Amino acid sequence: MTAYVADVAALAHKDLKVELRTRDTLPAMLLFVVATLVVFHFALPADAGDDAAYGLLWIAIVFTALVGLARAWVPEHEHGVLEGLVLAPCDRSAIWLGKTIAALAFLAAAQVVALPAFALFFAPLDAPALLGVVLADLGICAVGSLLAAMAAATRSREVLLPLLLLPLAMPLVVGGVGSAIAPEPGRYLLFLALYDAVFAVLSWASFEYVVTE
Amino acid sequence: MGLAVVLALLVVPEDADQGVSQRIFYIHVPIALTAYFCFGLGAWKALRLLWTREEHFDLESYVAVHQGTIFGALTLLTGSIWAKASWNVWWTWSSRQLVLFLVLFLFYCAYFMLRYSIEEGARRARSSAVYALFGVVLIPISFLAIRLAQDFVHPVVFNISGPQMSASMFATFCVSWAAVTLLAYVLYRVELLGKRVDADLRELRETLERPRPSVPRLDEQMPTGVGS
Amino acid sequence: MSQGDYVAAAYAVVLVVVLAYVAIIAAKLTRLQRQVSDLVELARRRR
Repeated sequence: MTAYVADVAALAHKDLKVELRTRDTLPAMLLFVVATLVVFHFALPADAGDDAAYGLLWIAIVFTALVGLARAWVPEHEHGVLEGLVLAPCDRSAIWLGKTIAALAFLAAAQVVALPAFALFFAPLDAPALLGVVLADLGICAVGSLLAAMAAATRSREVLLPLLLLPLAMPLVVGGVGSAIAPEPGRYLLFLALYDAVFAVLSWASFEYVVTE
Repeated sequence: MGLAVVLALLVVPEDADQGVSQRIFYIHVPIALTAYFCFGLGAWKALRLLWTREEHFDLESYVAVHQGTIFGALTLLTGSIWAKASWNVWWTWSSRQLVLFLVLFLFYCAYFMLRYSIEEGARRARSSAVYALFGVVLIPISFLAIRLAQDFVHPVVFNISGPQMSASMFATFCVSWAAVTLLAYVLYRVELLGKRVDADLRELRETLERPRPSVPRLDEQMPTGVGS
Repeated sequence: MSQGDYVAAAYAVVLVVVLAYVAIIAAKLTRLQRQVSDLVELARRRR
């Protein structure tokens, strides 16, 4: 058990370390999300309510996550890192978990900037909304890591990952927006937790099959 | 197969008149149910593939998903026509079933994109299988999500009501459902057969086109006096 | 369009799609048949 945890920690640590040194993913995500928010301001008509703004926030989050996930996986494939990891004597699902944690860290870091920016530009974010963001982040990173691994091995990987992720992200958007605007956010938060539980387990269990030959 | 289609059509005159457009129910709902079933079958075959690693499950899973997608598209089409007939709009976000099928349709279209992007082989089979499993899990979760979304996206004004069916209507529905299921099954077998034959023929062609290893023919070893 | 027309349209759509599907399969079978005869020819030449 502890060996597994150690593997996961090592993998996540590696990704974060690499990012600290090369700094090519996080700044891109930060810039992307803030620029998107600004564009959204112009996309919204003047009298649109706060509710519409929350919807746009979630679109921004999903697409920022896509950027982060793609950047996390493409170099792995191009430099054969993934093959190397698969050959290593660790449980394959540890790769998934490590990657998910790293992706989560990136997304959270981007959101540390994005959420205050959103609150500044558009509408305030209360506790249920933030909790919704956290829960949905988990879901996006869990499913996204698996799908990104799938897509990384294909020819059309840049296009494929959004295609694969968006239908699966739809429930997350519902949950996230709901927890922001509904008078009783409890149901939506519970739903997000359900999604996370189900899909995290599914992704964890099936990652092995996606990566091995 | 022809019988199945004829059966499905004959069902219509039998039905009791509850507003003519309600008759679409008899073909729309069985098609939707069959689509769900096909996706479920695809996921089951996918699971078997991952369990046993036997290749043939990949093709079976693929054909099932293919069928499901076609029936899903048909569900969207018939549902849209029904919406136009009942409420005079070609599309409405209020109909949970329609929205669910839209999401599923997009999901499974991406399935084909995934398959086209990977080279043939174990990798493709396994990725497709995992994706098909995700799809089946997505069905109830999406349904829940759509239900939750309706609370703030749209007031639930319209509803494709499951009618309180009289006995004759129920019987009609069952006949129609059986007919559509039979149709789907027959199409599934035919398509699967076609794909298998295709694969076998390709393999046969490769074997035949390979230059034969030189084996001395028997009659060359015979004394030259014969037949020269 | 009256409601009855829509019913007809719905069933017609289903019929058309199914027929198109059958036609595609028929075309594929024809192609396979041609391949089979090609291969028979190939096999004969090799004998």
